[in-house]
Amino acid sequence: MANGIFFEAKNLTMRFGGLVAVNNFSLKLNGGELMGLIGPNGAGKTTVFNMITGTLVPTSGKVIWLDEDITGLPPHEITARGIARTFQNVRLFVDMTVQENVMVSFHHKIKASFWQAMFGLRKYTKEEERIREESMTLLRQVGLAHLAGEKAGALAYGQQRRLEIARALATSPKLLLLDEPAAGMNPQETMELADFVREIRDTFDLTIFLIEHDMKFVMGLCERIKVLDYGNTIAEGTPDEVQNNPEVIKAYLGEPKNAAG
Amino acid sequence: MTKERRNLLLNIASIISVYIILWFFQKYGTEYQIRILNNMAVFITLAVSYNLVNGICGQLHLGPNAFITIGAYTAALLTMSPAEKQMSFIIKPLIWPFSVIQAPFPVSLIAAGIAATIFAFLISFPVFRVRGDYLAIVTLGFGEVIRVLCNALQSVTNGPLGLKGLKPYTTIWWSWSIAIFTVIVIQKLINSSWGRAMKAIRENEIAAQAMGINPFKHLMMAFLISAFFSGVAGGLLAHLITTISPTLFTFFLTFNLLIIIVVGGLGSTTGAVIGAMLFAWGGEALRVVESPMDIGPVHIPGIPGMRMVLFSVILMLVIIFARRGITGRNEFSWDWLFSKLSGK
Repeated sequence: MANGIFFEAKNLTMRFGGLVAVNNFSLKLNGGELMGLIGPNGAGKTTVFNMITGTLVPTSGKVIWLDEDITGLPPHEITARGIARTFQNVRLFVDMTVQENVMVSFHHKIKASFWQAMFGLRKYTKEEERIREESMTLLRQVGLAHLAGEKAGALAYGQQRRLEIARALATSPKLLLLDEPAAGMNPQETMELADFVREIRDTFDLTIFLIEHDMKFVMGLCERIKVLDYGNTIAEGTPDEVQNNPEVIKAYLGEPKNAAG
Repeated sequence: MTKERRNLLLNIASIISVYIILWFFQKYGTEYQIRILNNMAVFITLAVSYNLVNGICGQLHLGPNAFITIGAYTAALLTMSPAEKQMSFIIKPLIWPFSVIQAPFPVSLIAAGIAATIFAFLISFPVFRVRGDYLAIVTLGFGEVIRVLCNALQSVTNGPLGLKGLKPYTTIWWSWSIAIFTVIVIQKLINSSWGRAMKAIRENEIAAQAMGINPFKHLMMAFLISAFFSGVAGGLLAHLITTISPTLFTFFLTFNLLIIIVVGGLGSTTGAVIGAMLFAWGGEALRVVESPMDIGPVHIPGIPGMRMVLFSVILMLVIIFARRGITGRNEFSWDWLFSKLSGK
């Protein structure tokens, strides 16, 4: 992996009938980066995520991950290759406990086979024990260990978002995609989240690509930002560059009003 | 003594006590009581395996009658002697391998399970392309296809005449041993990593897939395991009733199983067991309402089908007052019992 491509999206385009949701989206990520994706509502941000993670198959374009073309692979295979995600509207397994939610993410790495589980053989029970321990360690790292036995649906909203990130981390990803992690949070929680995102990037050695509406959050956290509007990329650069880009201001605030108008 | 050790010992003790109770019935019970016990065990096997797909994976599968039918016919064709088969198949002779082979009862049960599993494997490809109501319709369709095939394929199933004079091999030892085995094995699967993956698919399929779970593979696994045990139970049922015909395995059988697992508590093995026992026992106990009655001066002639009316009323009451069934999604555990007993 010395000189190869870490992650690259090449000219991703998604058409739904006559509607072009995302047009010619390109992106290169380097290992360890913290990249942001912003844009007004309906700009196509989540569609970009869906194309990268395999939920949608792009109409055209390519996704390259660690020198491999992963375009069109089903989501579970993309996760197995080291790209994990969270969802804009929290999608926890609400009727399962917090710990079980995290344990689900270890399943794709399991080595025993199902009949060994059915007959309670040693090979499986040892693995189950290991998964139980590792999931507890992870919950401690994200500060949810004291809630391990609670139903996920019973958690407070901020904790649910945190659990979603923990669950994604349990798949042991190298690239983590966060879809509006700060949505619905108050300023205090948002600040804590920014620290938390930095912290997990360092402890888990991650590359993070996130969508967010909260400008303060994105500008303070991300090293590079890309701006989408109506499916087109209108700007890319450091937070400062993006903030002062006239195209971006136009997209967010509209045209400056004519003095006579 | 650790909790695990205590629970293991209690599990073994309760299995032994089940066998002691069965021994008492075998020795002192009437044939009628033994028949009910057999029915209970067969329905426990059916309900627990049906619950794996409907309750744990959350897919509304309406075709278990197909698996039971295939199991019943496979087992029956294997245990009948060639001479009996020649006598039974009067319209069209039975086609070759079936006409000459005969196998012992245990072998026929395993073959019944395998035949049902193969059928489940074949239909799982179209079935799991769809979800929700569509999955219900597709599985319902396959259930009907099997029933129609049983009527039409006279050279294999003897058509509407069915298969008669099977030996009553199904004893309470067979039926209860298989029921206990099914409960243990399926419960182990549900509590394993695979069970968690199946529940994750039930809770949110998109999120489960994003966490690295292949939904098709896991749904198919549950479907095939469920089919295997349903097939075995079908074989047991055939050698319990000793006469099988296509009319036995209509959608009505599926409907009864659905009532059992919904009333018991969808997604709970404990619920499925309780539901099956209540159904098998209640079905007989309620026979009273179908016999003629004299209430004071009023004479009520026996109304056949009255039991089903009562079952429907019970189902409605459960839906109104206990929406998630008797147990909900909870399971019985010794830890729970002891915490209740200690008054906590």
